Amino acid sequence: MLIFLYAPIILLVVYSFSASRIPGQWGGFTSEWYVKLFEDPRIQRTIGVSIRVALVSTVISTMLGTMSALALERFKFRGKRVFDALLYLPIIIPDVTMAVMMLMFFTQAFDLLNLVFGIGLSKGFATIVVSHIAFNIAYVSVVVRARVAGMDATLEQAASDLYASRWQAFRYVTLPLIAPGVLGGALLAITLSLDDVVVTQFVAGPGSTTLPVYVFSLIRKGVTPTINAVSVIMLVASLILVAGSVGLQRASAARGRQQLRTTGGK
Amino acid sequence: MSVGEAELQRDRAERRRGLFLALPSFVYMILFFALPLVIVLVYSFATRTSSGSTSLSNWNLDAYRKLGEPIVRNVVVRSIVLAVITTAICLVVAYPFAWFCAHQRPNVRNLLLVAVMIPFWTNFLVRNYAWRILLSTGGPLSSLTERIGIGETNLLFTKTAVVIGLVYAFLPFMILPLYASIDRIDGRLIEAGRDLYGSGSQTFRRIVLPLTMPGVIAGSILVFVPSMGAYVTPELLGGGKETLLGSYIVTQFLTARNWPVGASMSFVLMAVMLVSTIIYFRAGGKNL
Repeated sequence: MLIFLYAPIILLVVYSFSASRIPGQWGGFTSEWYVKLFEDPRIQRTIGVSIRVALVSTVISTMLGTMSALALERFKFRGKRVFDALLYLPIIIPDVTMAVMMLMFFTQAFDLLNLVFGIGLSKGFATIVVSHIAFNIAYVSVVVRARVAGMDATLEQAASDLYASRWQAFRYVTLPLIAPGVLGGALLAITLSLDDVVVTQFVAGPGSTTLPVYVFSLIRKGVTPTINAVSVIMLVASLILVAGSVGLQRASAARGRQQLRTTGGK
Repeated sequence: MSVGEAELQRDRAERRRGLFLALPSFVYMILFFALPLVIVLVYSFATRTSSGSTSLSNWNLDAYRKLGEPIVRNVVVRSIVLAVITTAICLVVAYPFAWFCAHQRPNVRNLLLVAVMIPFWTNFLVRNYAWRILLSTGGPLSSLTERIGIGETNLLFTKTAVVIGLVYAFLPFMILPLYASIDRIDGRLIEAGRDLYGSGSQTFRRIVLPLTMPGVIAGSILVFVPSMGAYVTPELLGGGKETLLGSYIVTQFLTARNWPVGASMSFVLMAVMLVSTIIYFRAGGKNL
């Protein structure tokens, strides 16, 4: 089972150092393709777009997702059930449907803006970011909610009994306690943003495309050793993110145990 | 002011705070998610004009009637068949592995589960691309089978390649819920079955399988739904030869410019997803 899961990934890394021009055939060791890759201006540009899209969409969706998680777990408000359902949909909706939705929405919105205000907008960086936030809020909120639900609500009450303002109670009690959940949500958001091909392909403009969409279009034209090298770079990037989230879980579990010990267990 | 009134006021203030916290995301999700969804729904009832644009003046079900045409019907049937095969293979492969995991010491068990999850977190496109290299003509798998004397294998751009890619991509979705339900079986029930002279297969069929049914259903849905809507895997490993629903929808938008048909098929896909989700929650999937 583990061989089935890991062999393809390991072989990909091995073959990315093969000197043969045909990807998947061994022709001696070379790092030529990695050098080529870093000289290719289109790959450099799309890597830049990918990183900027991932960062902007992660920061915004982490803030919005955390706020929704707190609202849903800690408060009652009008429209709560609708909001809750609305936040589940992006998780279960198929990629292709989400892509179609965003494409039609932006086309309609741009037509309307052009008609009413005469503003000519086109798809590009902003539309990619808006779409990524639209699916990431939901994922961040699920991760943070799990953390908030596991947190003792009386701690906040204790803080306000000790004359802490609402903001102080949040800043010094709630936020540190839910921080691992918020970070976990942010890591998931970055991963999903860097992973997405289908939605981005629909909302990207001719000038700005992310690395996965560009690589996808290259593969469809035909595989080259350079694509092997790019894939390995993407693989390493995602593995660093996994290591980050596994490390995070370990650290927060360890801190939890320590807290239990210092408070004598509860 | 009475105590009750003060409480009521505090309650109202709390509700305002909650709404205030939720409002930015609420507005965002309505504008950039719910509204797009409604637009797709409206367009699925529209008509494509001869010039390739879309007319909204005449609402009808024509786009959905396309389902009855042989070409579209074949696409839908093919997608369902491939998704069912993928789900069945995942189930058969994952069940023994999940069983094995559940019967290890806690340390080993956690390590195995993390090992299953890591490839799942790595880039989806790269995972599919790896199989493209692995299955290519004269590639690693082909030279391996040649060396052991089975002869060359040319799997790339076949249905088999697509199924391999889908199984590889969604296997963790099957393993995890199965593991969760197997882990919860009370071992004494199996012992009782054996004590009552149940054979191995009888004990499995009459005790273990019914008890792990929620895991089987949850895992099957978690694999079936994304397989049904897959786009990247069939494009890369199937070479776009056998059109599946996902690719068909994309083509309607990016090349054929038939938005009503693309929109209606997106809704067919969503209907599959919604029905499956309802079954999932009915089967107690939320507890997994």
